[in-house]
Amino acid sequence: MYTCVKLKEKDTVATVTKAVKAGEEVRYRFNGVDYTITAKNDIPLYHKIALMDMEKGSVIYKYGCKIGYALKDIKLGEHVHTSNLDSKME
Amino acid sequence: MKFKGYRRPDGKIGIRNHVLILPCSFCASETARFTASLVNGAVYIPNQGGCALVKKDLEITLEVLSGLAANPNVYGTVVIGNNCEAVQASLLVERIKAKTNKPLESVVIRDAGGTIKAVEKAVSYAQKMVQDAGMIEKEEAHITELILATECGGSDPTSGLAANPVVGHLSDKFVSLGATSILSETSELVGTEDILAPRCINEEVANKLLKIIKDNEEHFERAGESLRFGNPTTGNKEGGLTTLEEKSLGCIHKGGESPITAVYGYGEMVKEKGLVVMDTPGQDVASIVAMVAGGAQVAVFTTGRGTPTGNGIVPVIKITGNSETAHLMADNIDFDASPVISGEKTIEELGEELFDVVMDVVKGKKSKAEALGFNDMSLARECNFC
Repeated sequence: MYTCVKLKEKDTVATVTKAVKAGEEVRYRFNGVDYTITAKNDIPLYHKIALMDMEKGSVIYKYGCKIGYALKDIKLGEHVHTSNLDSKME
Repeated sequence: MKFKGYRRPDGKIGIRNHVLILPCSFCASETARFTASLVNGAVYIPNQGGCALVKKDLEITLEVLSGLAANPNVYGTVVIGNNCEAVQASLLVERIKAKTNKPLESVVIRDAGGTIKAVEKAVSYAQKMVQDAGMIEKEEAHITELILATECGGSDPTSGLAANPVVGHLSDKFVSLGATSILSETSELVGTEDILAPRCINEEVANKLLKIIKDNEEHFERAGESLRFGNPTTGNKEGGLTTLEEKSLGCIHKGGESPITAVYGYGEMVKEKGLVVMDTPGQDVASIVAMVAGGAQVAVFTTGRGTPTGNGIVPVIKITGNSETAHLMADNIDFDASPVISGEKTIEELGEELFDVVMDVVKGKKSKAEALGFNDMSLARECNFC
């Protein structure tokens, strides 16, 4: 069962389609290939999960487009939301 | 790619063959409704405006009403006026004639001697039009003659994840086949300037796009309101949306990834092929009506929470990415895009399936809202009624 959606090749975050607990495995399928990542935190339904490690200041992509910048270093599997993503770098 | 449609004397191609009863104002609206109820095959558009309008709103109303009459799905129109409203029947007739040479008649209630006599006259015009419309045989037409309207409303997180990207694929497919797709809702474009402007085919189009977004923001500022304030909303954030770009991207994904070839005013006649933008408000019905006035023959509407909306002239095809909504509102929803979320199907696969569903409707299959006879009408306004 897939519990996460990645929309475009360039995307660095995906959206979970069920609430996920820290340590839980999250599966998604992209371009016919299955991927599994482990959630670092609790992630509520339809919130974002990091698909890779990102350094502070990195552009974060969803829909293949920029949705903002990483406000701090983000690890693979981390919940990406208002604490670590914003339209502008502070 | 070919399909069959109704060729109009102005050269355009319709996928439906309606006779339109068009009231100039709220004063004439009930008389128009009464008229349409007596003629099998006539549709009427309810009109809650048409009078007590500032100049800009008079212009918006004339542009949209004349566009509805000019829509290729309309065989001919009977205009009904009261007599003293801002949108005079003679003025509207003149505007319709500037856009199309299709059959057109008008009745003014006072001149006819009241509603009953006006209805008698209007019914006889409409009856003849319905009879004549039945004589038109469908002819072969090319898909490049189709204009697709795209709209979203009652959105939830599944809209941006599934329904809008699937419609984006459909929109790109229409464009790649040489047809036209309209992206609407200017208030949803706020925050996506850096993404959309470079997608415009030239600087002139890009400047026009940036202008409608700026004008839209300023419109709200003049009323002391801000589109950016509190956007994304608390509810959006709880739902997982973090930035305004992210929220707006979910919406503009309906327009796929094609270049933007033109930007049109509210209800303005669409002439360019490819992906075009129309300056409409985020209110679903007021946005769809403007695209119908612009000449769209078919509309797709993505929804998360589900909505019954339909249009009297153009079939509206409802798409949801929310499997629960697809079940709960099965009689309102035409297409379930939720397999994108469950991972069973890709956006591309579902986009192709949706294309087939749209082409069935183009060929004559009724969308769910159409089969129920839904006929929503709303007009955007610059100011309140004076």
